[in-house]
Amino acid sequence: MSVASVAAVAYLAAAILFILSLAGLSKQSTARRGNLLGMAGMGIAIAATIALALDTSERPWGVTLGLIAAVLAIGAAVGTWRARTVEMTQMPELIALLHSFVGAAAVLIGFNSYLTEGHDAMHLIEVFLGVFIGAVTFTGSIVAYLKLSARISGSPLTLPGRHALNLGALVACGALMAWFLASPSIWSLLLMTVIALAVGWHLVAAIGGGDMPVVVSMLNSYSGWAAAAAGFMLGNDLLIVTGALVGASGAILSYLMCTAMNRKFLSVILGGFGGEAPASSSGTADAVGEHRSTSAEEVAERLATARSVVIAPGYGMAVAKAQYPVAQLVSRLRDRGVEVRFAVHPVAGRLPGHMNVLLAEARVPYDIVLELDEINDDFASTDVVLVIGANDTVNPAALDDPGSPIAGMPVLHVWEAGSVVVFKRSMATGYAGVQNPLFFRDNTEMLFGDAKQQVEAILAAVDAADAVAA
Amino acid sequence: MRISVPAAPAEQRLVAATPDTVQKLVTLGYDVAVEAGAGERSSLADAAYEAAGATLVTRAEAWAGDVVTAVEAPGPEDIGLLQPGATLIAPLAPQASPGLVEDLRAAGVTALALDAVPRLSRAQALDVLSTKSNVSGYRAVIEAAESYGGMFAGQVTAAGKTAPATVFVIGGGVAGLAAIGAAVSLGAQVRAFDVRPEAAEQIESMGATFVTAPEAQQEVSPDGYASPLTEAQQAAAMELYAREAAGADVVITTALVRGAAPTTLTAATVAAMRPGSVIVDLAASGGGNCEATLPGERTVTDGGVTVIGYTDLPGRMPRHTSQLVGTNIVNLLKLMTPGKDGQMVLDLEDDVIRGMAVAHAGDLLWPPPPITVSAAPSAATPAEQAETPATASAAPEAATKATPARAPKKRTWPMLASAAALALALAFADAAFLAAFTVFALAVVIGYYVISNVSHSLHTPLMSQTNAISGIILIGALLQLGSSDPVVTTLAFLAAAIASINVFGGFLVTYRMLGMFQKGA
Repeated sequence: MSVASVAAVAYLAAAILFILSLAGLSKQSTARRGNLLGMAGMGIAIAATIALALDTSERPWGVTLGLIAAVLAIGAAVGTWRARTVEMTQMPELIALLHSFVGAAAVLIGFNSYLTEGHDAMHLIEVFLGVFIGAVTFTGSIVAYLKLSARISGSPLTLPGRHALNLGALVACGALMAWFLASPSIWSLLLMTVIALAVGWHLVAAIGGGDMPVVVSMLNSYSGWAAAAAGFMLGNDLLIVTGALVGASGAILSYLMCTAMNRKFLSVILGGFGGEAPASSSGTADAVGEHRSTSAEEVAERLATARSVVIAPGYGMAVAKAQYPVAQLVSRLRDRGVEVRFAVHPVAGRLPGHMNVLLAEARVPYDIVLELDEINDDFASTDVVLVIGANDTVNPAALDDPGSPIAGMPVLHVWEAGSVVVFKRSMATGYAGVQNPLFFRDNTEMLFGDAKQQVEAILAAVDAADAVAA
Repeated sequence: MRISVPAAPAEQRLVAATPDTVQKLVTLGYDVAVEAGAGERSSLADAAYEAAGATLVTRAEAWAGDVVTAVEAPGPEDIGLLQPGATLIAPLAPQASPGLVEDLRAAGVTALALDAVPRLSRAQALDVLSTKSNVSGYRAVIEAAESYGGMFAGQVTAAGKTAPATVFVIGGGVAGLAAIGAAVSLGAQVRAFDVRPEAAEQIESMGATFVTAPEAQQEVSPDGYASPLTEAQQAAAMELYAREAAGADVVITTALVRGAAPTTLTAATVAAMRPGSVIVDLAASGGGNCEATLPGERTVTDGGVTVIGYTDLPGRMPRHTSQLVGTNIVNLLKLMTPGKDGQMVLDLEDDVIRGMAVAHAGDLLWPPPPITVSAAPSAATPAEQAETPATASAAPEAATKATPARAPKKRTWPMLASAAALALALAFADAAFLAAFTVFALAVVIGYYVISNVSHSLHTPLMSQTNAISGIILIGALLQLGSSDPVVTTLAFLAAAIASINVFGGFLVTYRMLGMFQKGA
């Protein structure tokens, strides 16, 4: 029995705990346990690694221990602070930022691995690929973070010949790899890193803000592959297992998001979609007509007589931070015996499952928050639908108009309800740049203004009506 | 420009404009002239037209307008009254009446057939056929209820109970769906069938039971109309009709394929029906789906079955039919008056207008080039759907069947090839790498199965959890910290610091999020 063999056993335990952790996350009732199992796995892995690092340390072990303690202290301090203070509406940014950390760490570890270990061909390939994936993840996540936090514009950057640029960069990296294998030198590795950083930046810059759910889950996947690549170069099975788990997870999430938008994964990743109105919008021009606007008092009246209400939230609700008044309104209506449910489209928000987290934050019970498939058949028997800050996900053109850019995308059939109230800041088009015929339907009314203020106004009107009735 | 509305021939109760729609035409910038007495049979008084802004004119003046709208095709003397260059908007049944089309061409008028609107979703608002089918379907139930000697709804009374009527509807097009809706709301048990499988959902949404018979159903047709059936499908469908009709109190048949009526109810089928039962044949204008139908008549067979073959069902509800048809015409004129200035623009590039145009400036424009509508993705909108089921022979669907079967195969070969290439490359790799790769591949598969079960609402926590877990890269950096090379130690320190932020931040934020999810009372 050596330190190394004990560590190997600990790694096995950690790997199993990680798998159980992800399995636990599949259901609400076991999610919390899954989270704790993950923490336990990580604790075991880190403890074993510290022992191993001290055992193999080339410096006096006291120094190494000091460094490790310092590192963990930094991580604990910063990580805990971020985790406690982050607003749920900012979750997408935080996650994108954390992805960039994994990417950066993978790059640094790759360089270290090159500097410290032997130069056989297999190892060189692993280093090269590990650094490449890490670098793309790093800058890609940074750009995603900047876009999500609105520090740069969300509209896609469409350089002329951008596909050729990406392809050229890939070819250059391939050539550099050949050079690197023929005569290993830090320069070819550094040059490739610079190119990979640029590719990561450009790749995500070309993708519009509304496709961020796909991008964030794709970067999640990349960060996993980066960890797995690091595992290959260090010969560390735990890194490989964990990286593969995370990589697979991100890949599946990206795939689900693409299905929900009826888009090809490749077309999302190659970017250039959305942000401004596409040239082919003439096909939907005849859908434009008269819309009717309404007031908070009228909506309150409508809700007072409704028996069943469905709320379809979108990114606009997150932007306006309207989830709290919405939750209050829901509990008020439920107290009066109205059946209230939420209809969440898979790509609502900027992160897979973003709406669910926001509603959970506002203490909306999760069993009234339903998915597209669960609720789509129920709209016909619904009296009132409140569409709060959603647009493309409730666009009937996806079904009716084969020429529409979003044709074929599964959407919430809100228009089948008795009446629809759309909360919107203006008549501007949604992310896909497509006009929404829903707004011009006979049973649709528009409530313009800030979603939060309007919901609060409705809440006040409902309360006033209650006071009169009492 | 002046739009004029002549009165229909005496037997027709409808009118092409109501005071409501006259008002809308006036706001489009047109002068509107209505023949005196045109709305009388729809209970619309001349005074109401005048109040809405129309002028009352004689018959000759009405036919001599710039734009003439009518609810019936013009007779020869009417065509004589039309001005060369005028536009006629009326139901013309161009496929069935080549003589009329030729007369209109020779008269030099622009003729638009209201009953040839292409089945596009944006043309729905001006589809007169849909409008009339809808009213016919409703009226068919009313006629049947009148002839059926009982109540549609079942009742349990002190004097005993009565069973509800069983209504069988053939065809789930606009008319069929309207009939289903009306019969269901009267309380009948409604069963329905359509050869188009996509109609099942709509039929069920109206409250009827869809009679399933896969062997009698066809594939989706490219233009939204039902297409003819193969012989085998035909035989299966006929068997089904006979079986259902024998058990029904009322049969409403609506099969009209491009103006022609295939037979759905043979004489033998009718003979096998119970005495006192009723057949309403909505395809009577095309000759009838039922062999016992006399178009335009109500007859009773020797077996005591009432067969109603009225061809004027929409006209039997003139008030609403006139209003709906009038609105269809207004919608057409809206499309043709982009400037809202009373100037009509004939845009033959527009699929809708081109589809309706029969003649223009002495040229024959019928039949129009075909347009293909994708009816399948819009299965949710019943009004856009095809009229009805079909019969005859020929199998146009053979070609459509072949393509989807081939597509998956195309992908299989490159995938197999790349798998083989990968296996070959791996065979050359060293043992340590192979071991690592084995672990990797197995982990990917496990990851796939574990993650596939995650519920959608937990995707954000899943992402932050996997993010925290991918902070495991920390251990790689920790192992490098002990290196004696200061550069390596520095890089490792940086890497470890940011990776540990990931670990702590990721797990804690996941924990915080999961704490928020709570079940309702």
